[in-house]
Amino acid sequence: MSAKPNTETPEEHDVAASLREYAKKGINEGIDNKTRLDYYREMVRIRRFEERSLRAYQQGNIGGFLHLYIGQEAVAVGCVSVMKEDDHIITAYRDHGHGLAVGMSMNECMAELYGKHTGCSKGKGGSMHYFAPDKNYWGGHGIVGGQTPLGAGIAFALKYKKLKGACLCFMGDGATNQGPWYESLNLASLWDLPVVFIIENNGYSMGTALGRHSIGTPLARRAEGYDIDWSTCYGHDVYEVRHNVGAALERAHESSRPTVLEIMTYRYRGHSVADADDTYRTKQDIQDYKNTKDPINLFHDHLIEEGIADEDTLKKINEEAKEEAEQSAKFAEQSPFPPESDIQADVYWETDNPDERTSEGTLFFN
Amino acid sequence: MALITYRDAVNQALAEELARDPNVFVMGEEVGQYKGAYKVTRGLLEKFGPDRVIDAPISEAGFCGLGVGASMLGLRPVVEFMFWSFCYVAFDQVINNAANIRYMSGGLINIPIVFRGPANGGTNVGATHSHTPENFVANTPGLKVVCPATPHDAKGLMKAAIRDNDPVFVMENTLLYGNEGEVPEDDYVIPLGKAEVKREGTDISLIAHGRCAVLCLEAAEALASEHGINAEVVDLRSIRPLDEEAILESVKKTNRAVLVEENKPFCGVAAQICSIIQEKAFDYLDAPIKRVSSIDAPQIYSMPLEKLQIPSVDRITEAVLEIA
Repeated sequence: MSAKPNTETPEEHDVAASLREYAKKGINEGIDNKTRLDYYREMVRIRRFEERSLRAYQQGNIGGFLHLYIGQEAVAVGCVSVMKEDDHIITAYRDHGHGLAVGMSMNECMAELYGKHTGCSKGKGGSMHYFAPDKNYWGGHGIVGGQTPLGAGIAFALKYKKLKGACLCFMGDGATNQGPWYESLNLASLWDLPVVFIIENNGYSMGTALGRHSIGTPLARRAEGYDIDWSTCYGHDVYEVRHNVGAALERAHESSRPTVLEIMTYRYRGHSVADADDTYRTKQDIQDYKNTKDPINLFHDHLIEEGIADEDTLKKINEEAKEEAEQSAKFAEQSPFPPESDIQADVYWETDNPDERTSEGTLFFN
Repeated sequence: MALITYRDAVNQALAEELARDPNVFVMGEEVGQYKGAYKVTRGLLEKFGPDRVIDAPISEAGFCGLGVGASMLGLRPVVEFMFWSFCYVAFDQVINNAANIRYMSGGLINIPIVFRGPANGGTNVGATHSHTPENFVANTPGLKVVCPATPHDAKGLMKAAIRDNDPVFVMENTLLYGNEGEVPEDDYVIPLGKAEVKREGTDISLIAHGRCAVLCLEAAEALASEHGINAEVVDLRSIRPLDEEAILESVKKTNRAVLVEENKPFCGVAAQICSIIQEKAFDYLDAPIKRVSSIDAPQIYSMPLEKLQIPSVDRITEAVLEIA
C-alpha cells in the first residue's frame, strides 16, 4: 500500500497556516522551546556559512565547484532532527547543510572548501565530499545517483548487524533518472532494507527544469513499481519535514521497510555558483519563492508569533552564526595546505598502517 | 595435501573465511540456490544460510554499490561478478566509490570489500563476455588486484583478499576452474604482492599472471625439450601491489624477458612491467623486451580464431625464439 501523495497545488497552499498545523502535529507536539529555537539556529548557521563560503569562492579561495544549499535548509535540519542513535545519513554533492546539521564544525567544513589540511577530509575531498562517520554521516558523493546503492548498503549493514537503525539517503530530483537508483529501489524492497530515499526536489536537474527532465510526477510515485511506500511534502517547513521523515523512519525501524519521500524545495543559487542561472529561470522566480516560502523567514515569523523568541534573540542568533562563519573563514585562511607528501596518504589502509601491513610489493608506481 | 580443483580451492577459501569472521558475506548472481554459475559457491548457502550467502538480482551497479556501502560500516562483503566483463555496468560503484571513498574522506572510512569472478577469453562467448580488466583496475590507486593461476594460489590469495582492509579485486578464470592442484587443507594465506618463480631457469624470463602463467610453464617445457632453452617462469599472482623485486631479480639473472598477458596490448599490465624493467634493469638487458598479448581487436567469437587471438604456447614460444 502506498501513502497518499500530497495533491494540493502550490497555489492553494497557505504556508503559514500549514506550518502552524504541523507545529502541533504528532512528532512536533510537545517539543520544548529551546529545541524549536535550535532548529532555527541550525538553519541560520547553514545559510550564514554558505553565504560566507560564496564570498570566499568569489575571492578565489575555493576551487572547483560550490553547490550551495541556500533555500533548502529546512530539509536537512528537519530530517537530521528526527534521527536516532543508530540512524545514518548519506547524500550527494550538495552536502554542506547535512554536514553542519549532523554537527560538523564550521571550521572543518570551511577549511575543506579552502583545500586545507584542517578540513574534514584533510583537503582531499572538497565541497562535494564531506564525511563524518563518527556522526553517522557517510558523504558527500559527487556522481549523481551514485550514492543511492551505498545508502541501500548502509541499511543492509544495519540490518545485518541487527541494529534498529535506518539510512536516510538523500538525492536530488535529477538523480531520479539514474539507473542505479532503480536498482537500489528493487534491492531495498526485495530485501526489506531500512532505507529512506529522500528526493530533495528543488525543481532543477542542474539547469534543466523538472518538466523538461522527467515525465510522471510526483517523482516519488515511481516507488509504486517496487511496492515501496511513498509520500511527498513541502520542504520549507521544518515541522512538515519532521512529520514526514519521522513516519518514514518509524516504518524503517518497526518493519524494516524502505520509503521514498519527495520533498519539494528550492535552491536560490545556481547548480554550482559559477553556473549561469538565467537560462532556465528568472530572478522573479527566485524572488517569489523567497517572498513566500523561505524556510528561515517562515520559521522566524512562527517563533515570534508563538512567543517562543523575540526579535532580539533571533537577531542575536543570526549575528552569532555570521560571526561563527567569519571565524571559520579566518580559520581556513590561516590553516596550512596539506604537505606534498599527503598526496599519497589515505589511499590504502595498508600504507597508512605500515606496521600492520600484510601485503608485499609495490603499491605506488612513482 | 589434497588434490583439488581451482574451483574447489576458491570454495574452500570462501567457506573458511565465512566460518572465521561473521562480518564476511557472499553476494552475487546465482551464488546461493543455483550454487554459482560456475559452481564456485556450491554448498555455501546450505552451510551458512541465506543471510550470509545472498542471491542478488541481475543488477550489478545496485549490489556492488550496496556492498561498498555495507563495507563502510565494517562488513566484509565478497561480491561475485558472474563474469568480470559485467563490472562495466557497475564501474561507478567499483571504481569511483570503492577506490576513492577512503581518499576523499581523508582516511576516515575503509572499504574492506572483495570483488571476484572470472575474467578471461577463450570460451567463445564474444566481445562482451571476454574482458580482462586487471589493467583498468590496477590503473586506479586505492584498488588492489590479484590474478591467481593455480588452485593453491587461488585459495591463499582469496583468503588474504578477504582479510585485507582495502578493496581487492580477484580475477579468476573459467578455463582454470577445472584444473587440479595440491592445496593444503589447513588455514594459510598468500600475501598479496608476492610473485612466485614457478620454474627456475637461466636463459630468459617469462613473466605472466593468471592463466598465461600456466601457458608459460607449458611453453618453458617445450623450449627446453625442443630448443634447449632454459626459461624461468615468474608468476606475478598479484598485479597491484606488484612484486617488482621478483621481476627485476629474474631479468637480472636471465637478461631477457618475454611478458605474457591476456590483456589487449595498449596500456596492458605488461606495458607497465616493461617500463619498470627498462628503467630499473636496462643495463642487464641483452635483447629488447618482447610482449605477448591478445591480438588488438574486440574478442572474436569464431572458435579457431579466438584461439589465435589470445596468447598461446605457440605464440609464447615464437616470441622467445625471436630474442633467445
